[in-house]
Amino acid sequence: MTVTPILAGEIAKKVISKEAFFILDVRNEDAFSDWKIEGENIQYLNIPYFDVLDGVEGILDQIPTDQDVVVVCAKEGSSIFVAEMLAEAGRDVRYLQGGMKAWSEHLEPVKVGDLKDGGAIYQFVRIGKGCLSYMIVSNGEAAIVDATRMTDVFIDFAKQLDVKITNVLDTHLHADHISGGREIAEAVNGTYWLPPKDATEVTFAYEPLEDGRVITVGTSKIDIQALYSPGHTIGSTSFIVDDAYLLSGDILFIDSIGRPDLAGLAEDWVGDLRDTLYSRYRELAEGLLVLPAHFMIIEELNDDGSVSETLGKLFANNHGLNIEDEQEFRQLVTGNLPPQPNAYQEIRQTNMGKITPDEETQREMEIGPNRCAVR
Amino acid sequence: MIKADHIVDAEGLACPMPIVKTRKAMKELENGGVMEVRATDKGSTADLKAWAESSGHHYLGTTEKDGTLTHYLRKSDDQEKVEMSHPHIASNEELETALSNREEIIVLDVREVAEFAFGHIPGAQSLPLGDVESALSDLDKEASIYVVCRTGNRSDLAAQKLAAAGFTDVKNVTPGMSGWNGPIEKSVQ
Repeated sequence: MTVTPILAGEIAKKVISKEAFFILDVRNEDAFSDWKIEGENIQYLNIPYFDVLDGVEGILDQIPTDQDVVVVCAKEGSSIFVAEMLAEAGRDVRYLQGGMKAWSEHLEPVKVGDLKDGGAIYQFVRIGKGCLSYMIVSNGEAAIVDATRMTDVFIDFAKQLDVKITNVLDTHLHADHISGGREIAEAVNGTYWLPPKDATEVTFAYEPLEDGRVITVGTSKIDIQALYSPGHTIGSTSFIVDDAYLLSGDILFIDSIGRPDLAGLAEDWVGDLRDTLYSRYRELAEGLLVLPAHFMIIEELNDDGSVSETLGKLFANNHGLNIEDEQEFRQLVTGNLPPQPNAYQEIRQTNMGKITPDEETQREMEIGPNRCAVR
Repeated sequence: MIKADHIVDAEGLACPMPIVKTRKAMKELENGGVMEVRATDKGSTADLKAWAESSGHHYLGTTEKDGTLTHYLRKSDDQEKVEMSHPHIASNEELETALSNREEIIVLDVREVAEFAFGHIPGAQSLPLGDVESALSDLDKEASIYVVCRTGNRSDLAAQKLAAAGFTDVKNVTPGMSGWNGPIEKSVQ
Protein backbone atom coordinates (compact mmCIF):
# COMPACT_ATOMS: atom_id res chain seq x y z
CA MET A 1 0.00 0.00 0.00
CA THR A 2 1.22 3.48 -0.76
CA VAL A 3 0.56 6.69 1.05
CA THR A 4 -0.70 9.52 -1.12
CA PRO A 5 -1.37 13.12 -0.15
CA ILE A 6 -4.73 14.83 -0.39
CA LEU A 7 -4.88 18.59 -0.89
CA ALA A 8 -6.82 20.98 1.34
CA GLY A 9 -8.85 21.97 -1.75
CA GLU A 10 -9.96 18.37 -2.30
CA ILE A 11 -11.12 18.14 1.31
CA ALA A 12 -12.95 21.47 0.92
CA LYS A 13 -14.87 20.00 -2.03
CA LYS A 14 -15.75 16.90 0.01
CA VAL A 15 -17.03 19.11 2.83
CA ILE A 16 -19.11 21.29 0.50
CA SER A 17 -20.67 18.27 -1.21
CA LYS A 18 -21.34 16.76 2.26
CA GLU A 19 -19.40 13.63 1.38
CA ALA A 20 -18.92 11.03 4.10
CA PHE A 21 -15.31 10.27 5.00
CA PHE A 22 -13.12 9.46 7.99
CA ILE A 23 -10.50 11.66 9.65
CA LEU A 24 -7.79 10.25 11.86
CA ASP A 25 -6.49 13.39 13.57
CA VAL A 26 -3.13 12.69 15.21
CA ARG A 27 -2.63 16.08 16.91
CA ASN A 28 -2.76 16.31 20.69
CA GLU A 29 -6.19 16.28 22.30
CA ASP A 30 -6.25 19.98 23.20
CA ALA A 31 -5.45 21.01 19.63
CA PHE A 32 -8.16 18.68 18.28
CA SER A 33 -10.88 19.82 20.67
CA ASP A 34 -10.01 23.47 20.01
CA TRP A 35 -10.18 23.29 16.22
CA LYS A 36 -10.61 20.60 13.58
CA ILE A 37 -11.82 20.01 10.03
CA GLU A 38 -15.59 20.38 10.23
CA GLY A 39 -18.02 18.63 7.92
CA GLU A 40 -21.56 17.34 8.22
CA ASN A 41 -20.69 13.73 7.38
CA ILE A 42 -17.18 13.36 8.74
CA GLN A 43 -16.38 10.70 11.30
CA TYR A 44 -13.45 11.42 13.59
CA LEU A 45 -10.89 9.58 15.60
CA ASN A 46 -8.33 11.58 17.59
CA ILE A 47 -5.27 9.61 18.62
CA PRO A 48 -2.14 11.72 19.26
CA TYR A 49 0.77 10.52 17.11
CA PHE A 50 2.94 10.08 20.20
CA ASP A 51 0.57 7.39 21.46
CA VAL A 52 1.19 5.22 18.38
CA LEU A 53 4.96 5.60 18.00
CA ASP A 54 5.34 1.90 18.73
CA GLY A 55 2.78 0.84 16.16
CA VAL A 56 -0.80 1.21 15.00
CA GLU A 57 -1.99 -2.34 15.72
CA GLY A 58 -3.96 -1.14 18.73
CA ILE A 59 -6.08 1.29 16.71
CA LEU A 60 -6.61 -0.68 13.47
CA ASP A 61 -10.05 -1.91 14.46
CA GLN A 62 -11.18 1.71 14.96
CA ILE A 63 -10.30 2.69 11.40
CA PRO A 64 -12.88 1.83 8.75
CA THR A 65 -12.02 0.05 5.51
CA ASP A 66 -15.20 1.00 3.68
CA GLN A 67 -14.67 4.76 3.39
CA ASP A 68 -11.87 7.23 2.60
CA VAL A 69 -9.49 7.74 5.50
CA VAL A 70 -7.48 10.96 5.80
CA VAL A 71 -4.75 11.30 8.43
CA VAL A 72 -4.38 14.88 9.67
CA CYS A 73 -1.85 16.66 11.87
CA ALA A 74 -0.57 20.22 12.40
CA LYS A 75 1.89 20.46 9.52
CA GLU A 76 1.92 16.99 7.88
CA GLY A 77 5.05 15.33 9.35
CA SER A 78 3.27 13.28 11.99
CA SER A 79 0.40 12.37 9.67
CA ILE A 80 2.85 10.94 7.09
CA PHE A 81 4.53 9.01 9.90
CA VAL A 82 1.24 7.49 11.06
CA ALA A 83 -0.12 7.01 7.52
CA GLU A 84 2.98 5.03 6.56
CA MET A 85 2.49 2.73 9.52
CA LEU A 86 -1.15 2.23 8.53
CA ALA A 87 -0.05 1.49 4.94
CA GLU A 88 2.39 -1.11 6.20
CA ALA A 89 -0.50 -2.67 8.07
CA GLY A 90 -2.29 -2.98 4.73
CA ARG A 91 -4.54 0.08 4.91
CA ASP A 92 -5.17 2.47 2.05
CA VAL A 93 -5.02 5.94 3.61
CA ARG A 94 -4.14 9.49 2.58
CA TYR A 95 -2.64 12.33 4.56
CA LEU A 96 -3.55 16.02 4.42
CA GLN A 97 -0.73 17.75 2.58
CA GLY A 98 0.50 20.70 4.65
CA GLY A 99 -1.68 19.65 7.58
CA MET A 100 -4.01 22.01 9.44
CA LYS A 101 -1.83 24.94 8.34
CA ALA A 102 -2.77 24.28 4.73
CA TRP A 103 -6.38 23.76 5.79
CA SER A 104 -6.36 27.12 7.58
CA GLU A 105 -4.98 28.86 4.48
CA HIS A 106 -7.12 27.31 1.78
CA LEU A 107 -9.48 29.70 -0.01
CA GLU A 108 -12.35 28.42 -2.12
CA PRO A 109 -13.68 31.05 -4.57
CA VAL A 110 -17.44 30.88 -5.19
CA LYS A 111 -19.49 33.20 -7.38
CA VAL A 112 -22.38 34.54 -5.31
CA GLY A 113 -24.18 36.62 -7.91
CA ASP A 114 -24.26 38.91 -10.91
CA LEU A 115 -24.21 42.66 -11.03
CA LYS A 116 -26.53 44.79 -13.13
CA ASP A 117 -23.92 45.72 -15.72
CA GLY A 118 -22.74 42.16 -16.32
CA GLY A 119 -20.15 42.11 -13.57
CA ALA A 120 -20.13 39.65 -10.71
CA ILE A 121 -19.41 39.31 -7.02
CA TYR A 122 -17.28 36.45 -5.73
CA GLN A 123 -16.89 35.13 -2.23
CA PHE A 124 -13.62 33.56 -1.08
CA VAL A 125 -14.47 30.97 1.53
CA ARG A 126 -11.64 30.28 3.95
CA ILE A 127 -13.27 27.07 4.96
CA GLY A 128 -10.80 26.01 7.63
CA LYS A 129 -11.04 29.22 9.58
CA GLY A 130 -14.45 30.57 8.65
CA CYS A 131 -13.27 33.85 7.08
CA LEU A 132 -15.04 35.27 4.03
CA SER A 133 -13.51 37.75 1.59
CA TYR A 134 -15.08 39.33 -1.49
CA MET A 135 -14.16 40.45 -4.97
CA ILE A 136 -16.49 42.77 -6.83
CA VAL A 137 -15.78 42.74 -10.55
CA SER A 138 -17.14 45.15 -13.12
CA ASN A 139 -15.96 46.35 -16.50
CA GLY A 140 -12.34 45.33 -16.18
CA GLU A 141 -11.95 46.55 -12.60
CA ALA A 142 -12.11 44.82 -9.24
CA ALA A 143 -12.53 45.82 -5.63
CA ILE A 144 -11.61 43.46 -2.80
CA VAL A 145 -13.20 43.45 0.65
CA ASP A 146 -11.73 41.87 3.80
CA ALA A 147 -8.84 40.13 2.08
CA THR A 148 -6.89 37.50 4.00
CA ARG A 149 -3.10 37.41 4.08
CA MET A 150 -3.00 34.84 1.23
CA THR A 151 -2.75 37.77 -1.18
CA ASP A 152 -1.59 35.71 -4.19
CA VAL A 153 -4.98 34.02 -4.41
CA PHE A 154 -6.74 37.35 -4.95
CA ILE A 155 -4.14 38.77 -7.29
CA ASP A 156 -4.09 35.56 -9.38
CA PHE A 157 -7.87 35.38 -9.47
CA ALA A 158 -8.05 38.95 -10.79
CA LYS A 159 -5.44 38.05 -13.44
CA GLN A 160 -7.48 35.05 -14.55
CA LEU A 161 -10.52 37.29 -14.96
CA ASP A 162 -8.30 39.84 -16.66
CA VAL A 163 -9.40 42.67 -14.37
CA LYS A 164 -7.42 45.35 -12.56
CA ILE A 165 -7.71 45.63 -8.79
CA THR A 166 -8.30 49.31 -8.06
CA ASN A 167 -9.71 49.43 -4.53
CA VAL A 168 -9.10 47.29 -1.48
CA LEU A 169 -11.32 47.69 1.60
CA ASP A 170 -11.53 46.34 5.11
CA THR A 171 -14.89 46.55 6.93
CA HIS A 172 -13.02 46.94 10.22
CA LEU A 173 -9.73 46.32 11.98
CA HIS A 174 -9.71 42.53 12.23
CA ALA A 175 -8.81 40.69 15.42
CA ASP A 176 -9.05 37.08 14.26
CA HIS A 177 -6.98 37.10 11.07
CA ILE A 178 -4.26 39.13 9.46
CA SER A 179 -5.54 41.38 6.71
CA GLY A 180 -3.96 41.16 3.28
CA GLY A 181 -5.63 44.41 2.23
CA ARG A 182 -2.71 46.76 2.56
CA GLU A 183 -0.31 44.34 0.86
CA ILE A 184 -2.62 43.83 -2.13
CA ALA A 185 -3.19 47.57 -2.49
CA GLU A 186 0.57 48.13 -2.52
CA ALA A 187 1.17 45.32 -5.02
CA VAL A 188 -1.40 46.58 -7.55
CA ASN A 189 -0.98 50.27 -6.81
CA GLY A 190 -4.61 50.49 -5.69
CA THR A 191 -6.28 52.42 -2.89
CA TYR A 192 -6.54 50.91 0.58
CA TRP A 193 -9.60 51.96 2.57
CA LEU A 194 -10.12 51.61 6.31
CA PRO A 195 -12.76 53.05 8.67
CA PRO A 196 -10.95 55.97 10.35
CA LYS A 197 -12.31 55.20 13.82
CA ASP A 198 -10.63 51.79 13.69
CA ALA A 199 -7.45 53.28 12.28
CA THR A 200 -6.45 55.76 14.99
CA GLU A 201 -3.35 53.75 15.84
CA VAL A 202 -2.29 52.53 12.40
CA THR A 203 1.22 53.29 11.23
CA PHE A 204 0.52 53.56 7.49
CA ALA A 205 -1.38 55.77 5.08
CA TYR A 206 -4.93 54.80 4.10
CA GLU A 207 -8.01 56.35 2.59
CA PRO A 208 -10.68 57.01 5.26
CA LEU A 209 -13.86 55.03 4.69
CA GLU A 210 -16.59 57.27 6.02
CA ASP A 211 -20.34 56.89 6.22
CA GLY A 212 -22.01 57.69 2.91
CA ARG A 213 -18.83 57.41 0.89
CA VAL A 214 -19.36 55.85 -2.54
CA ILE A 215 -16.62 53.90 -4.29
CA THR A 216 -17.07 53.06 -7.95
CA VAL A 217 -15.86 49.88 -9.64
CA GLY A 218 -15.59 49.90 -13.42
CA THR A 219 -16.84 52.45 -15.85
CA SER A 220 -20.49 51.54 -15.73
CA LYS A 221 -20.55 52.50 -12.07
CA ILE A 222 -21.09 49.70 -9.63
CA ASP A 223 -21.41 51.51 -6.34
CA ILE A 224 -20.07 50.42 -3.01
CA GLN A 225 -21.86 52.54 -0.44
CA ALA A 226 -20.30 52.70 2.97
CA LEU A 227 -22.71 52.44 5.89
CA TYR A 228 -21.32 53.22 9.31
CA SER A 229 -22.38 50.27 11.50
CA PRO A 230 -20.42 50.21 14.76
CA GLY A 231 -20.65 47.55 17.44
CA HIS A 232 -18.08 44.85 16.72
CA THR A 233 -15.54 47.64 16.58
CA ILE A 234 -16.17 51.36 16.86
CA GLY A 235 -15.35 51.86 13.16
CA SER A 236 -17.14 48.83 11.69
CA THR A 237 -18.59 49.75 8.31
CA SER A 238 -20.92 47.78 6.05
CA PHE A 239 -21.14 48.07 2.27
CA ILE A 240 -24.13 48.04 0.02
CA VAL A 241 -23.01 46.87 -3.40
CA ASP A 242 -25.04 47.55 -6.52
CA ASP A 243 -28.15 48.07 -4.37
CA ALA A 244 -28.35 44.26 -4.07
CA TYR A 245 -25.72 42.99 -1.64
CA LEU A 246 -25.02 43.93 1.98
CA LEU A 247 -21.48 43.18 3.05
CA SER A 248 -22.02 43.12 6.79
CA GLY A 249 -18.46 42.55 8.02
CA ASP A 250 -18.40 41.17 11.56
CA ILE A 251 -21.66 42.84 12.60
CA LEU A 252 -24.21 40.37 11.32
CA PHE A 253 -23.68 36.72 10.43
CA ILE A 254 -26.09 34.07 9.16
CA ASP A 255 -26.76 32.34 12.45
CA SER A 256 -25.20 34.77 14.94
CA ILE A 257 -24.20 38.39 15.51
CA GLY A 258 -20.89 40.17 16.12
CA ARG A 259 -19.26 40.27 19.54
CA PRO A 260 -18.33 43.69 20.89
CA ASP A 261 -15.43 42.78 23.17
CA LEU A 262 -12.38 42.06 21.02
CA ALA A 263 -10.98 45.55 21.35
CA GLY A 264 -11.65 45.46 25.09
CA LEU A 265 -14.71 47.68 25.12
CA ALA A 266 -17.75 45.40 25.29
CA GLU A 267 -19.70 47.59 27.70
CA ASP A 268 -19.10 50.73 25.65
CA TRP A 269 -19.99 49.22 22.29
CA VAL A 270 -22.99 47.09 23.12
CA GLY A 271 -25.28 50.09 22.59
CA ASP A 272 -23.77 50.75 19.17
CA LEU A 273 -24.19 47.11 18.24
CA ARG A 274 -27.85 47.17 19.16
CA ASP A 275 -28.41 50.44 17.34
CA THR A 276 -26.80 49.09 14.18
CA LEU A 277 -28.71 45.80 14.17
CA TYR A 278 -32.07 47.06 15.41
CA SER A 279 -32.23 50.52 13.82
CA ARG A 280 -29.77 51.11 10.99
CA TYR A 281 -30.16 47.68 9.39
CA ARG A 282 -33.95 47.82 9.85
CA GLU A 283 -34.09 50.77 7.46
CA LEU A 284 -32.49 48.75 4.66
CA ALA A 285 -34.33 46.79 1.96
CA GLU A 286 -35.15 43.27 3.11
CA GLY A 287 -34.24 41.88 -0.30
CA LEU A 288 -30.52 42.70 0.17
CA LEU A 289 -28.38 39.56 0.18
CA VAL A 290 -26.29 39.60 3.34
CA LEU A 291 -22.65 38.60 2.79
CA PRO A 292 -20.83 38.46 6.14
CA ALA A 293 -17.09 38.35 6.84
CA HIS A 294 -17.36 35.03 8.68
CA PHE A 295 -19.24 31.84 9.17
CA MET A 296 -19.07 29.99 12.46
CA ILE A 297 -20.51 26.55 11.79
CA ILE A 298 -20.38 24.45 8.66
CA GLU A 299 -24.20 24.29 8.53
CA GLU A 300 -24.14 27.97 7.49
CA LEU A 301 -22.73 26.98 4.09
CA ASN A 302 -25.19 26.88 1.18
CA ASP A 303 -25.14 23.88 -1.16
CA ASP A 304 -22.63 25.55 -3.47
CA GLY A 305 -20.29 26.32 -0.57
CA SER A 306 -21.18 30.01 -0.38
CA VAL A 307 -22.44 31.79 2.72
CA SER A 308 -25.34 34.24 2.21
CA GLU A 309 -28.96 34.93 3.11
CA THR A 310 -31.41 37.76 2.50
CA LEU A 311 -31.71 40.41 5.17
CA GLY A 312 -35.44 39.69 5.45
CA LYS A 313 -34.81 36.02 6.26
CA LEU A 314 -32.24 36.98 8.87
CA PHE A 315 -34.68 39.38 10.52
CA ALA A 316 -37.07 36.45 10.73
CA ASN A 317 -34.68 33.70 11.79
CA ASN A 318 -31.49 35.05 13.38
CA HIS A 319 -31.91 34.89 17.16
CA GLY A 320 -29.57 37.85 17.71
CA LEU A 321 -31.93 40.11 15.71
CA ASN A 322 -34.98 39.07 17.69
CA ILE A 323 -34.26 40.00 21.29
CA GLU A 324 -36.81 42.64 22.26
CA ASP A 325 -35.50 43.23 25.74
CA GLU A 326 -32.43 45.48 25.75
CA GLN A 327 -31.10 44.02 29.02
CA GLU A 328 -31.35 40.51 27.66
CA PHE A 329 -29.48 41.63 24.54
CA ARG A 330 -26.80 43.26 26.66
CA GLN A 331 -26.46 40.05 28.63
CA LEU A 332 -26.09 37.93 25.46
CA VAL A 333 -23.29 40.00 23.97
CA THR A 334 -21.33 40.89 27.10
CA GLY A 335 -21.84 37.97 29.46
CA ASN A 336 -20.97 34.39 28.59
CA LEU A 337 -18.74 35.22 25.61
CA PRO A 338 -16.81 32.45 23.86
CA PRO A 339 -13.01 32.38 24.32
CA GLN A 340 -11.19 35.08 22.40
CA PRO A 341 -9.46 34.16 19.12
CA ASN A 342 -5.89 32.90 19.32
CA ALA A 343 -3.34 35.77 19.58
CA TYR A 344 -6.04 38.39 18.88
CA GLN A 345 -4.03 41.20 20.47
CA GLU A 346 -0.99 40.49 18.29
CA ILE A 347 -3.23 40.15 15.24
CA ARG A 348 -4.71 43.61 15.88
CA GLN A 349 -1.20 45.04 16.32
CA THR A 350 -0.15 43.44 13.03
CA ASN A 351 -3.17 44.88 11.24
CA MET A 352 -2.27 48.31 12.63
CA GLY A 353 1.23 47.94 11.21
CA LYS A 354 2.77 48.13 14.69
CA ILE A 355 4.43 44.75 14.44
CA THR A 356 5.52 42.77 11.39
CA PRO A 357 5.88 39.10 12.28
CA ASP A 358 7.45 36.73 9.74
CA GLU A 359 5.19 34.43 7.73
CA GLU A 360 5.71 31.42 10.00
CA THR A 361 4.72 33.48 13.05
CA GLN A 362 1.69 34.88 11.22
CA ARG A 363 0.55 31.32 10.51
CA GLU A 364 0.93 30.36 14.15
CA MET A 365 -0.99 33.45 15.25
CA GLU A 366 -3.95 32.53 13.07
CA ILE A 367 -4.20 28.90 14.17
CA GLY A 368 -7.66 28.01 15.40
CA PRO A 369 -11.25 29.07 14.74
CA ASN A 370 -12.26 32.75 14.28
CA ARG A 371 -14.64 33.18 17.25
CA CYS A 372 -15.97 36.60 16.24
CA ALA A 373 -19.62 35.93 16.99
CA VAL A 374 -22.12 35.40 19.77
CA ARG A 375 -25.17 33.21 19.38
CA MET B 1 21.70 27.52 33.17
CA ILE B 2 19.51 24.73 34.48
CA LYS B 3 21.29 21.46 35.03
CA ALA B 4 20.03 18.46 33.07
CA ASP B 5 21.12 14.84 33.10
CA HIS B 6 20.66 14.47 29.39
CA ILE B 7 20.24 16.85 26.46
CA VAL B 8 18.23 16.05 23.35
CA ASP B 9 18.99 18.25 20.36
CA ALA B 10 15.93 18.43 18.14
CA GLU B 11 16.63 21.87 16.69
CA GLY B 12 15.52 22.23 13.10
CA LEU B 13 13.50 19.02 13.26
CA ALA B 14 9.81 18.94 12.44
CA CYS B 15 7.12 17.01 14.19
CA PRO B 16 7.13 14.06 15.05
CA MET B 17 10.94 13.96 15.44
CA PRO B 18 11.31 16.03 18.65
CA ILE B 19 9.05 13.58 20.49
CA VAL B 20 10.50 10.50 18.80
CA LYS B 21 13.99 11.53 19.93
CA THR B 22 12.88 12.55 23.43
CA ARG B 23 11.04 9.32 23.93
CA LYS B 24 14.03 7.24 22.87
CA ALA B 25 16.40 9.18 25.12
CA MET B 26 13.96 9.00 28.02
CA LYS B 27 14.22 5.21 28.01
CA GLU B 28 17.94 5.49 28.73
CA LEU B 29 17.49 8.00 31.53
CA GLU B 30 17.38 6.98 35.18
CA ASN B 31 14.18 7.49 37.11
CA GLY B 32 13.98 11.00 38.49
CA GLY B 33 16.49 12.28 35.95
CA VAL B 34 16.02 15.63 34.21
CA MET B 35 15.93 15.84 30.42
CA GLU B 36 16.54 18.99 28.42
CA VAL B 37 15.02 19.09 24.92
CA ARG B 38 16.06 21.82 22.49
CA ALA B 39 13.65 22.34 19.63
CA THR B 40 12.66 24.97 17.11
CA ASP B 41 9.29 23.46 16.17
CA LYS B 42 6.75 25.74 17.86
CA GLY B 43 4.28 22.90 18.26
CA SER B 44 6.76 21.00 20.42
CA THR B 45 5.68 22.71 23.65
CA ALA B 46 2.06 21.57 23.55
CA ASP B 47 2.99 18.13 22.23
CA LEU B 48 5.70 17.46 24.83
CA LYS B 49 3.33 18.57 27.55
CA ALA B 50 0.59 16.23 26.29
CA TRP B 51 3.03 13.38 25.66
CA ALA B 52 4.50 13.71 29.17
CA GLU B 53 1.01 13.62 30.63
CA SER B 54 0.02 10.49 28.71
CA SER B 55 3.31 8.70 29.44
CA GLY B 56 3.49 9.68 33.11
CA HIS B 57 6.60 11.86 32.97
CA HIS B 58 6.66 15.36 34.43
CA TYR B 59 6.76 18.33 32.14
CA LEU B 60 8.58 21.05 34.10
CA GLY B 61 8.59 24.03 31.78
CA THR B 62 10.00 25.73 28.71
CA THR B 63 12.26 28.70 28.13
CA GLU B 64 12.62 30.50 24.81
CA LYS B 65 15.62 32.31 23.45
CA ASP B 66 16.33 33.43 19.87
CA GLY B 67 13.74 31.08 18.44
CA THR B 68 15.01 28.03 20.30
CA LEU B 69 12.68 26.41 22.78
CA THR B 70 14.31 24.61 25.68
CA HIS B 71 11.97 22.17 27.38
CA TYR B 72 12.60 20.42 30.68
CA LEU B 73 11.09 17.09 31.66
CA ARG B 74 11.68 14.76 34.55
CA LYS B 75 11.46 11.02 34.18
CA SER B 76 8.68 9.74 36.35
CA ASP B 77 9.40 7.59 39.36
CA ASP B 78 5.76 7.26 40.31
CA GLN B 79 6.05 3.50 40.17
CA GLU B 80 8.14 3.67 43.32
CA LYS B 81 6.14 3.15 46.45
CA VAL B 82 5.62 6.23 48.56
CA GLU B 83 6.94 5.09 51.88
CA MET B 84 7.55 7.78 54.43
CA SER B 85 9.47 6.98 57.53
CA HIS B 86 10.58 10.36 58.87
CA PRO B 87 8.34 10.77 61.95
CA HIS B 88 7.83 14.56 61.82
CA ILE B 89 5.41 15.63 59.16
CA ALA B 90 3.95 19.04 58.34
CA SER B 91 1.04 19.59 55.97
CA ASN B 92 1.25 22.16 53.18
CA GLU B 93 -1.17 24.31 55.17
CA GLU B 94 1.01 24.19 58.29
CA LEU B 95 3.98 25.37 56.24
CA GLU B 96 1.88 28.13 54.69
CA THR B 97 0.84 29.27 58.16
CA ALA B 98 4.42 29.24 59.43
CA LEU B 99 5.45 31.34 56.43
CA SER B 100 2.67 33.86 56.79
CA ASN B 101 3.44 34.19 60.53
CA ARG B 102 7.02 34.98 59.50
CA GLU B 103 8.38 32.29 61.76
CA GLU B 104 12.13 31.75 61.64
CA ILE B 105 12.25 28.70 59.46
CA ILE B 106 14.26 27.32 56.55
CA VAL B 107 12.40 25.86 53.60
CA LEU B 108 14.64 23.33 51.92
CA ASP B 109 13.48 22.32 48.43
CA VAL B 110 15.17 19.01 47.54
CA ARG B 111 13.79 18.67 44.01
CA GLU B 112 16.08 18.96 40.97
CA VAL B 113 17.24 22.44 39.99
CA ALA B 114 15.04 22.41 36.87
CA GLU B 115 11.94 21.65 38.92
CA PHE B 116 12.83 24.40 41.37
CA ALA B 117 13.45 26.90 38.56
CA PHE B 118 9.93 26.60 37.12
CA GLY B 119 8.13 27.14 40.43
CA HIS B 120 9.08 27.19 44.10
CA ILE B 121 8.02 28.69 47.41
CA PRO B 122 9.40 32.24 47.72
CA GLY B 123 12.48 32.19 49.96
CA ALA B 124 13.03 28.43 49.65
CA GLN B 125 16.58 27.14 49.31
CA SER B 126 17.32 24.77 46.45
CA LEU B 127 19.24 21.68 47.50
CA PRO B 128 18.65 18.64 45.25
CA LEU B 129 18.41 15.35 47.14
CA GLY B 130 21.67 14.10 45.65
CA ASP B 131 23.56 17.09 47.08
CA VAL B 132 22.14 16.97 50.62
CA GLU B 133 24.99 15.00 52.20
CA SER B 134 27.72 17.30 50.93
CA ALA B 135 25.84 20.39 52.15
CA LEU B 136 25.18 19.23 55.72
CA SER B 137 28.00 21.32 57.17
CA ASP B 138 26.54 24.53 55.66
CA LEU B 139 23.26 24.18 57.54
CA ASP B 140 22.37 25.14 61.12
CA LYS B 141 21.62 21.97 63.11
CA GLU B 142 19.33 23.82 65.53
CA ALA B 143 17.25 25.56 62.84
CA SER B 144 13.62 24.77 62.19
CA ILE B 145 13.77 23.12 58.76
CA TYR B 146 10.83 22.28 56.49
CA VAL B 147 11.88 19.89 53.72
CA VAL B 148 9.77 19.94 50.57
CA CYS B 149 9.75 18.10 47.24
CA ARG B 150 6.99 17.25 44.71
CA THR B 151 5.10 14.54 46.57
CA GLY B 152 6.83 14.03 49.95
CA ASN B 153 9.01 11.12 48.85
CA ARG B 154 12.40 12.71 48.26
CA SER B 155 11.83 15.12 51.13
CA ASP B 156 11.29 12.11 53.40
CA LEU B 157 14.70 10.72 52.41
CA ALA B 158 16.33 14.12 52.86
CA ALA B 159 14.67 14.59 56.28
CA GLN B 160 15.99 11.19 57.39
CA LYS B 161 19.51 12.15 56.32
CA LEU B 162 19.30 15.40 58.25
CA ALA B 163 17.94 13.71 61.36
CA ALA B 164 20.67 11.08 61.23
CA ALA B 165 23.27 13.85 61.02
CA GLY B 166 21.97 15.34 64.27
CA PHE B 167 19.52 17.98 63.05
CA THR B 168 16.93 18.44 65.79
CA ASP B 169 13.91 20.16 64.18
CA VAL B 170 13.23 18.74 60.70
CA LYS B 171 9.77 18.36 59.24
CA ASN B 172 8.79 16.62 56.00
CA VAL B 173 6.18 18.65 54.14
CA THR B 174 3.43 16.55 52.56
CA PRO B 175 2.23 16.34 49.92
CA GLY B 176 4.61 19.13 48.89
CA MET B 177 4.72 21.14 45.66
CA SER B 178 2.24 18.94 43.76
CA GLY B 179 -0.46 20.23 46.10
CA TRP B 180 0.93 23.68 46.87
CA ASN B 181 -1.66 26.47 46.72
CA GLY B 182 0.45 29.21 48.27
CA PRO B 183 2.60 31.77 46.45
CA ILE B 184 5.03 30.56 43.80
CA GLU B 185 8.16 32.14 42.44
CA LYS B 186 10.07 31.30 39.25
CA SER B 187 13.77 31.73 38.58
CA VAL B 188 13.42 31.57 34.78
CA GLN B 189 11.53 33.73 32.30
